[in-house]
Amino acid sequence: MKPFLTIDPTLTRPALLLRLALIGLILGGVAALFAWRAGWFTPHTLTQKTVIDTFEKVDGVFPGFRRNHAKGVCFRGYFESNGNAAALSRAGVFSPGRIPVLGRFSLGGGLPYVTDAPSTVRALAVQFQLPNGEEWRTAMINLPVFPVQNVQQFAEQLVAFAPDPATGKPDPAKIQAFVAAHPATARALPLIQQRPISSGFADSPYYGLNAFTFLGTDGKPTPVRWTMIPEQPFQPSPAADPATLDKNYLFDNLIAAVRTAPQRWRLILTIGQPGDPTDDATITWPDDRQKIDAGTLVVEQIESEAVSPARDMNFDPTILPDGIAISDDPLLSARSAAYSVSFTRREGERKEPSAVTTAETGK
Amino acid sequence: MTSKPRTQFAIQSRLLHWLMAVMILAMLFIGIAMVSSLADYHWLVAIHRPLGIAILILAIIRLINRKLTKLPPFPPTMSPAERRIASASEKLLYALMIALPLIGWGMLSAGHYPIVMFGAVHLPPILPAHPELFAILRAAHTVLAYLLFATILAHVGAVLFHTLIVRDRILDRMALWPVRRPKVADPAAKSLE
Repeated sequence: MKPFLTIDPTLTRPALLLRLALIGLILGGVAALFAWRAGWFTPHTLTQKTVIDTFEKVDGVFPGFRRNHAKGVCFRGYFESNGNAAALSRAGVFSPGRIPVLGRFSLGGGLPYVTDAPSTVRALAVQFQLPNGEEWRTAMINLPVFPVQNVQQFAEQLVAFAPDPATGKPDPAKIQAFVAAHPATARALPLIQQRPISSGFADSPYYGLNAFTFLGTDGKPTPVRWTMIPEQPFQPSPAADPATLDKNYLFDNLIAAVRTAPQRWRLILTIGQPGDPTDDATITWPDDRQKIDAGTLVVEQIESEAVSPARDMNFDPTILPDGIAISDDPLLSARSAAYSVSFTRREGERKEPSAVTTAETGK
Repeated sequence: MTSKPRTQFAIQSRLLHWLMAVMILAMLFIGIAMVSSLADYHWLVAIHRPLGIAILILAIIRLINRKLTKLPPFPPTMSPAERRIASASEKLLYALMIALPLIGWGMLSAGHYPIVMFGAVHLPPILPAHPELFAILRAAHTVLAYLLFATILAHVGAVLFHTLIVRDRILDRMALWPVRRPKVADPAAKSLE
């Protein structure tokens, strides 16, 4: 029987060992390069997984739910474009006409059963379904600026603003230290705290915050930010003691409002000028920048998470049609990466019932 | 009998081999970097998707080409057991080259993602949107990618062993340039007698 391997008999023993070592070095080198790219040699670097781990550390793990914006309810409706933005972007979403949308209203934070409170961050996520099969997904919040510039600051902020397990409240000293170390946050916080807080989801504006690049048919790039401005008139947040309000009062009021009439938002584009920062969501652009009303988002029907395809949808802000591209804002790629981890984790988990269903307002 | 045996793979086979070697190695490194990165995630994924589909198309072409062309025989230095292992590992490489892009495509379909190639060009979903299906395919994509990387390392290791230690000029079979094997000067082959 032939031996499994044969060795060239003319090789001397040292030559043989040297050649074996060379093979080991090549294979080991490639494997080490792979391990290095995987981040196995740098376990303390912030990765997409450690960002989501931080959410789980702060809020706990609620299987089946989003790690952030865990409490929410879904909707169906349409977007009616007026064609005003078609000159700036070749994306089909801006051609005049109506396209279907799917989306989700939610509260910031990783607690799916949290009690609704006026100052909690409200969010609107939308999936625009373009006629040619392309999609535009966006996730917006009701803050006029973002409190941090990048994902490193975001992760630090999560920890600094987390409730102290002893008191159940954030530690003011930790918050102060974070704000002192981050001048961008110090600038943004007053704008966030002084924002007018509306009565509910329906009369809230939702800001895209990150800048994007619109590309025209000629390829011309234009820096753009977008905001959903409610057509529902602003009502101040109820003065009643929050303790007397229902645990889900924000969602219940939204469900009731949509049952009465479709709720509408205007998609307002703000056009950046040369020199306007596109990489910093903590800064607004000057008030005199041109604004374009691109069309109307109409929310026709609220759907419980259990029956809506929007529950199992990742509202990754980098899912864009041709004609809209990401800017140099580092938050966009980081959001995309972190959302994918949250999505992958929750899709593999058993789904628990959501706090909000459309049935509960009928009671 | 028929014409004399090939000393090398057909030229298109050799071109496909080296082109795909570069693409697949790049793909594995993009993939592993992608799943930990934050700042580079977006552009890495944007390359990963169309590159994966390109690999799928080339792998299918390569499989058809393999069925249609004559292969050079294994060198005489390879024992029957080693030949069986080599053949099995080639089958595994082909299976993974085709399965990984298909699983990636199916996984994005099950995750309700649009399958964007470039610009407005995108592919249709090949599976219905389904959470558990997404989770299974997402895990399978990772496990099989590691298996592909390990199989490629084993493949490279075997070729290096033959080239540097058996010294049977096995690499000539896949060289991009034409090689005429000097039949006589093969000490390893002789030693087997």
